[in-house]
Amino acid sequence: MKPGSIKIRVQSEPFDLGVEVNAMSNGRTDIGAIASFVGLARDHNDGSGVTAMTLEHYPGMTEKALATLADEACARWTLLDVTVIHRVGRLLPGDPIVLVAVASSHRGDAFAACEFIMDALKTRAPFWKKEDTPQGERWVDARASDDTAAARWDAP
Amino acid sequence: MTLRVLYFARLRERFGVAEEPIELAGDRVADLIALLQARGGVWAEELAAGRAFRVAVNQDIVALDAAIPDQAEVAIFPPVTGG
Repeated sequence: MKPGSIKIRVQSEPFDLGVEVNAMSNGRTDIGAIASFVGLARDHNDGSGVTAMTLEHYPGMTEKALATLADEACARWTLLDVTVIHRVGRLLPGDPIVLVAVASSHRGDAFAACEFIMDALKTRAPFWKKEDTPQGERWVDARASDDTAAARWDAP
Repeated sequence: MTLRVLYFARLRERFGVAEEPIELAGDRVADLIALLQARGGVWAEELAAGRAFRVAVNQDIVALDAAIPDQAEVAIFPPVTGG
């Protein structure tokens, strides 16, 4: 990958999938595949309604951790561009939380790297969700299924 | 040695502190956890063996037997829930 092809952003503002994906391919013709994932704030979780959520993070480590995940993906697959955007602060149901987009020559590397980055982000990037529910505020507990999803990339 | 210790999310709220300087006699993460557990109360409860928490030294997540360099920034937080 050429320098500058990894973009990491942690921001309170919304993002636009179309803008980000267009920025990846704009002015170049070597990209054959872009895989993207957008995570959204749900209106329910663990059997309760959710009216809003607040995302806390660890400034400094967050950016470093996300860059490390992108670097690992670049070492593992042949990638042309990686964009990771994660929002912090207060979000409402339906709001976009996270975007991972990966460009490659072929779909296999793009699909795999996109899923790897999301799975790794879920267990290694220092973000924490606090939900507003009709019963009051609560911190979201980590899920064992996220550990399982991340661990499958470690298998030989 | 002197450390800058940070707490995040649920642990920050339970401990009632976001950041503090700590003077540590040992040089392992486990030594710091033992010192904090010895405060009793919510510290002993949240950092008890078997409780799920993570420790980062200079912004890298590490294991309890990891070494801590002098002047390190150490963060203690719950398992992450972003994405």
